Amino acid sequence: MTIEIKTATLEPIRHTFEHTRRRFGDKPASRYQEASYDIAPEHNFHYRPLWQPDKLLNDTSRTALVMEDWYAFRDPRQYYYGTYVQARAKLQEVTESNYSFFDKRGLAERMPEEIREQIIRCLVPLRHLELAANMNNVMCCAYGTSTVVTQAFLYNGMDRLGVAQYLSRIGLLLDGNSGEALATAKDHWMTDPAWQGLRRYVENTLTLEDWGEVFIAQDVVLDTLVYDLIYRQFDAVITEQGGSDLAMLIEFMQEWHKDNSRWVDATLKSLAAESDHNREVLGGWIAAWREKAVADLSPLGEVAVGDEAVAASIEALDKRLAKAGL
Amino acid sequence: MSKVYIALQDNEESHYIVEAIEEDNPDATVIYQPAMIRIENEGFLAIKRETVEEKMGRDWEVQALHVNLITLGGNVDEDDDQLTLTWNQ
Amino acid sequence: MTARKLNLKDKYRLLTRDLEWEYSYRDYEEIFKQESFEGIKITDWSKWEDPFRLTMDAYWKYQAEKEKKLYAIFDAFAQNNGQQNVADARYVNAIKLFLTGVSPLEYQAYNGFAHVGRQFGGVGARVACQMQSLDELRHVQTQIHAMSHYNKHFDGFQDFSHMHDRVWYLSVPKSFFDDARSAGPFEFMVAIGFSFEYVLTNLLFVPFMSGAAYNGDMATVTFGFSAQSDEARHMTLGLEIIKFMLEQHEDNVPIVQRWINKWLWRGYRVLTLVAMMMDYMLPNKVMSWQESFEVYFEEAASALFKDLARYGIKMPDYAATAIAEKEHLSHQAWSIFYNYGHAAAFHTWLPTEEEMDWLSEKYPNTFDKYYRPRYEQWRRMEEAGERYYNPTLPMLCQTCQIPMGFTDMDDPTLVSYRQSEYDGDRYNFCSDGCKDIFDFEPEKYVQSWLPVHQIYQGHCGGAEMEDVLGGYYRINLGTDNLDYKGSPDEARWNDWHGLETAEEKLKKAS
Repeated sequence: MTIEIKTATLEPIRHTFEHTRRRFGDKPASRYQEASYDIAPEHNFHYRPLWQPDKLLNDTSRTALVMEDWYAFRDPRQYYYGTYVQARAKLQEVTESNYSFFDKRGLAERMPEEIREQIIRCLVPLRHLELAANMNNVMCCAYGTSTVVTQAFLYNGMDRLGVAQYLSRIGLLLDGNSGEALATAKDHWMTDPAWQGLRRYVENTLTLEDWGEVFIAQDVVLDTLVYDLIYRQFDAVITEQGGSDLAMLIEFMQEWHKDNSRWVDATLKSLAAESDHNREVLGGWIAAWREKAVADLSPLGEVAVGDEAVAASIEALDKRLAKAGL
Repeated sequence: MSKVYIALQDNEESHYIVEAIEEDNPDATVIYQPAMIRIENEGFLAIKRETVEEKMGRDWEVQALHVNLITLGGNVDEDDDQLTLTWNQ
Repeated sequence: MTARKLNLKDKYRLLTRDLEWEYSYRDYEEIFKQESFEGIKITDWSKWEDPFRLTMDAYWKYQAEKEKKLYAIFDAFAQNNGQQNVADARYVNAIKLFLTGVSPLEYQAYNGFAHVGRQFGGVGARVACQMQSLDELRHVQTQIHAMSHYNKHFDGFQDFSHMHDRVWYLSVPKSFFDDARSAGPFEFMVAIGFSFEYVLTNLLFVPFMSGAAYNGDMATVTFGFSAQSDEARHMTLGLEIIKFMLEQHEDNVPIVQRWINKWLWRGYRVLTLVAMMMDYMLPNKVMSWQESFEVYFEEAASALFKDLARYGIKMPDYAATAIAEKEHLSHQAWSIFYNYGHAAAFHTWLPTEEEMDWLSEKYPNTFDKYYRPRYEQWRRMEEAGERYYNPTLPMLCQTCQIPMGFTDMDDPTLVSYRQSEYDGDRYNFCSDGCKDIFDFEPEKYVQSWLPVHQIYQGHCGGAEMEDVLGGYYRINLGTDNLDYKGSPDEARWNDWHGLETAEEKLKKAS
């Protein structure tokens, strides 16, 4: 027997907002769709920015990349604020328990002295590089077009601050909260020849004005190389040398990078698929920044892993670019 | 001297916080409004971790205050043990 | 080795402030290009006092907790058809105005704080602004999600983003935020971080949201208070940036004072919409606009300005005008919308007898003298089948873009009217505040996209009102606009509650 409950009067008069109906049809839209598509202001801006009078407040010409529809992107993770913070909170909880385990069991003291020094030299200085990554991604958020693009940049930017803070905590775990490891790591960042190429690279990215180029220089080229070199290869070397406890401190970075890469790949693919023009622009940036990154990363690669390290990371980058059709 | 104030969502957790504030700031005024509780005091107000923990019977971090907070007025100073509101007049 | 315990301040310094380094391959000015053009002098960013010391792990943890609670309520609200439980369907019009007028401002704040979150040279200030940007994104998204269910059962929510870019009265909040975002980073912080967040948003988020609770709107009060819990951090940031600028250099004081004067007035004018939401659009009344204004503006702002007096900062002169207007503002605003109810994407109505009595009691000096007779006259016209709609397009203030309908506080029967000339053209203003703002930066405010001018110039879909309202604005005419009485919203509401309209009752009786 079927029981029918009369609810006719509570039938909805429409299934979603007009902006999502126009794009996805007259059916209930997901929360990601309702909160991400076509909600950025696009028309009738009242005043020209005093800080850039030749552009509108929101202006698609802040990059050389061109899209017929700036909402042609989709974050495969479908992050809007709520799903984003809940995903990170989960990762954060695991990380917190790893860090507290490491601390309580005094695992820092069990590490051979040379391993500790190697971590302070090759891993901890990345906290500064992550701060630059934070600024670069926030830049892309501020000047990019469409919420599906810009919100993911902001999530990425804040994630990088989080990574910088975890790296700082690794330093503090190693120096018993004295801050000495952080000071030593900063010295490496400022003066150690192994780091100077990278520091020059990121300082250069911070002066760029085209957010599309920033995305390529930072999120595509540099991050792919650095994350492969440090969080895969360096991790393996340290483990081999008896520092396997480091693994629990960098699990966050590895998991985060996996998660973030899904979005970077999807974004790159949509940009490249759009037109020959975009492929040409992207190709030019990739060639220029790839060459610089390889040269600038090599000294660190040699110190952290060995001669062949950077070549292996380049392979990872090229594989990634090929997947995006570049 | 002007009043500093803090408003909290009216819920179970806030009730313990309000109890703690009342104990630590005996001159404060507590005003119940729909869905919110407003507490004001001349010039100074402190929310102390220890007192809240005592009321709740468990650990509580000062930053967890933000979960139930609606608004505040005054210069904020926050550390591990307390959050204070003051006017410098 | 026993690790020493780090306190919150030291930990935050090491985990955030210490990430910065001194650039040597590029110049500071190449990386922070916008820091000096406004004339603000910053000598030492290290003097920045972090307003709150939230690291990302704690941010994720607490914000996820807030979100979990919030979405549990949204789900319950939708599953239980919570829209049936509001005090009266007229109430829903207040949140239509909220979604079309306020939520897009949260979006603009998200954009604006990302911009300054990149441009400030101090890492402490940058990170605080970035977190605010992320919070503002949260606000616009949770508001869309809260309203999503209302949109399925009421008219007027459906095209909020399209409308915000076009509709005449929405150019008031839009131009306000465009103004702030087009300014330099320090002025933006005074505009939004200080004037709007610290001094004014309490008026919107606290008494109005408490009113939403009192009117049975669980979804709105929940997002409202949940958003406001982030605002507490934002307010602290807004106050810190002011103190920081004032402490950095004495030359900053007059610049900051001018910005405070400007933005307090500019923000106050936007809150006109809130005044009428409080007094006219909440069927169950909690607090009048005047009462809220006294607590959250007069009392709070005077405490604040006493605190800032040691830097030489004074309460802006226009505050006196705002205080004088508190007994008039909501009535004048509601009258404008009643007159233009055919051109709005929400419904209007005349206050009931009972509501007018409440207004008389709350506004003993003004309501019976100036406004009750007006409403009674309009009621008589309605009863005679001659509901009055103003067929002409209003003149707008060049700065705040509100129709010229505010009166002189010395003689509340006269419309207040100011003029300036610039480059051979004449411009109109509603007040001294708006005129002074224009006179200081005329080259900026002559750019205003004034909806009425735009209609006359043929940029809004055509010459006929239907082309503009239906075509360009995408208001569903006869459905979204006009009086609540006789609207599809009313018919559905009555249907849910087994109520009959006056008309139906009459029909049955005959």
